[in-house]
Amino acid sequence: MTAAIEINAVNKSFGNISIIRDLNLRVEKGERHAVIGPNGAGKSTTFNLISGYLAPTSGEVRLNGQVISGLPPYEINRRGLSRSFQVTNVFGRMSVWENIRCAVLWATGHRYAFWKNVDKLPEVRDRTAAILEDVHLTARRDVPASLLTYAEQRALEIGITIAGGADVILLDEPTAGMSRAETERAVDLIRRLSEGRTLLIVEHDMSVVFGLADRISVLVYGQIIASGTPEEIRGNPKVKEAYLGEEAH
Amino acid sequence: MTELASSTTRQAGPAPFADKLRFYGIWIAAAVALVVLPMIFSSGGSLTTFSLIGISIIFALSYNILLGQTGLLSFGHAVYYGLGGFLALHGMNLIISREWPIPLPFVPLIGGLFGLIFAMILGWVSTKRAGTVFAMISLGVGELVASSALILRSFFGGEAGITTNRTDLPPFFGYTFGPQIQIYYLIAFWVLVCTIAMYALTRTPLGRICNAVRDNPERVEFIGYSPHVVRYLAFCFAGFFAGIAGSLAAINFEIANSAYLGIVQSGVVLFATFIGGVAYFFGPILGAIFVTYLQLGLTDLTAVWQLYFGVIFIGIVMFAPGGIAGLIMMHRPLYRAGTLSMIMPAYLVALLPTLALACGVILLIETVSRYLVHAGDDTTLHLLGIPFDTSQPLTWAITAVLLIGGFYVARMTWRGIAAAWDRAATAARDKGYAA
Repeated sequence: MTAAIEINAVNKSFGNISIIRDLNLRVEKGERHAVIGPNGAGKSTTFNLISGYLAPTSGEVRLNGQVISGLPPYEINRRGLSRSFQVTNVFGRMSVWENIRCAVLWATGHRYAFWKNVDKLPEVRDRTAAILEDVHLTARRDVPASLLTYAEQRALEIGITIAGGADVILLDEPTAGMSRAETERAVDLIRRLSEGRTLLIVEHDMSVVFGLADRISVLVYGQIIASGTPEEIRGNPKVKEAYLGEEAH
Repeated sequence: MTELASSTTRQAGPAPFADKLRFYGIWIAAAVALVVLPMIFSSGGSLTTFSLIGISIIFALSYNILLGQTGLLSFGHAVYYGLGGFLALHGMNLIISREWPIPLPFVPLIGGLFGLIFAMILGWVSTKRAGTVFAMISLGVGELVASSALILRSFFGGEAGITTNRTDLPPFFGYTFGPQIQIYYLIAFWVLVCTIAMYALTRTPLGRICNAVRDNPERVEFIGYSPHVVRYLAFCFAGFFAGIAGSLAAINFEIANSAYLGIVQSGVVLFATFIGGVAYFFGPILGAIFVTYLQLGLTDLTAVWQLYFGVIFIGIVMFAPGGIAGLIMMHRPLYRAGTLSMIMPAYLVALLPTLALACGVILLIETVSRYLVHAGDDTTLHLLGIPFDTSQPLTWAITAVLLIGGFYVARMTWRGIAAAWDRAATAARDKGYAA
């Protein structure tokens, strides 16, 4: 079976500094896969390489078997991959409703249409309403995104990410900066929304990682040093040494 | 944030009848106003003014497709206005010489089409990037086209420009479009059609994605859209409507010259749009009306009218970046909550000292300009019917008193406005209206 995401021998360097070195990673279809690693290990760079924000210096990235490395982000998105951002990245002056609706438009086939009234597209309206319900923002639909609370903005960020119906979802530290209660709600949300899709998640909170992921990959200095189930990772001496040992006091 | 007057995002189900009536009511009222206006103000001067305002409205709205809707600051939008005007004029001359059966009301389509074609050609490179890069390219393209207008004499007619006679076109249901009143109605028709079309554009999938590109072009890439394509399409629409505005100007003046596509024209439309307010669809309409009146009125009154223009523009940018529309819409939640009356006394108190300050500024500008620039000429100026001799120390003293005293007192009353505003906004919030 082809993997949802396959990274083969990818290198990325900025000038002389190489951030990602001979990276290999396989994310199977339908699994929840977490990438962990210390700060500066290259987790966000890996996300940027997969989603097209950056192009690899060498190597290739495949999505459902197709090579996507080198394509612009919107082409990759149209092929069924969607990502969220570590720093909230929404449409600040537009309402919550408009934010989600914009993310629905391409996938529903309306694209650059300038001959249709956007308020009179039933499938767009229904899907937008459903996503809003999913991320619990229905009551805030008319509020400009920039006026939402932090946790609400994170929820909106996830809503925009899933709105296009992509079957591969990349979430970059979705619970960063949240309180414990907010984190629990967010994890519930992510678990529910990633049902039937492939999820690749970068996360610092170990309770989130071990509670959510089917498999975990550990990234250290731009290389994957271990990949496996949560139990395997917990018992892996290399991981303990490189990462968990330092942080799990 | 770019709604005509009310939030349309609420229309989850079929809009109730009252909402529909209110929505269409605005357009019907606008149409009636356009028809009735020349019957109330029928002098030749006001007809000319209304015609110019109409042209300016279409031009400013087309500019706001770029600035307000898509977040593109252009310094060369007059290129498409001017080229539309020139092509419409050439089209008219061709219609006359070939005796084609195309009457005048259809001529703006020629200009619009060529505005669109030139935007399609020049826009692809221009819109590759937003921000400073776009602004610089638009400036460069503007200069390029404006200078070619003086070089390609056979097409642009050099300094003098090219002329036509609109009455030589085939008549349209008996109308020859000689009298200004017929031109007014021709322009009014196109103003209504273009305004409705541009408003409708904001309510399409493309219109909404333009807003998304304005707010966050990076994120747009990750929801399937190429921001470059979105900007390009917005640019093409802006070029089309600018071309229509340009051809209406060519029809109105029966001449097209290089001033049509120059940097001054590009600057004026930027002024009008920004002063009116870019965040609301109707903002540029207010701006176009205001700036056209200002241009026509000030040039009659003072030699240094451009200086006033600059002062007003700086004032808006600094103190009311939302423009006139922003100022009006600021009061909307207070109006709805019924707390508007709480700030009215503060406004009234501030009125007199602020006017005194304004008079002081005007006196200063006029006194200095008379004294320095027109030193040998008549040194007397009239303000509000009062003669001031600028060579007399008394005038300078009055200026100083108005300026300094006015500013000192006005500043105190402005603080009163701020305090009253806080109270009114808090009261409105308590009633559930976000202010």
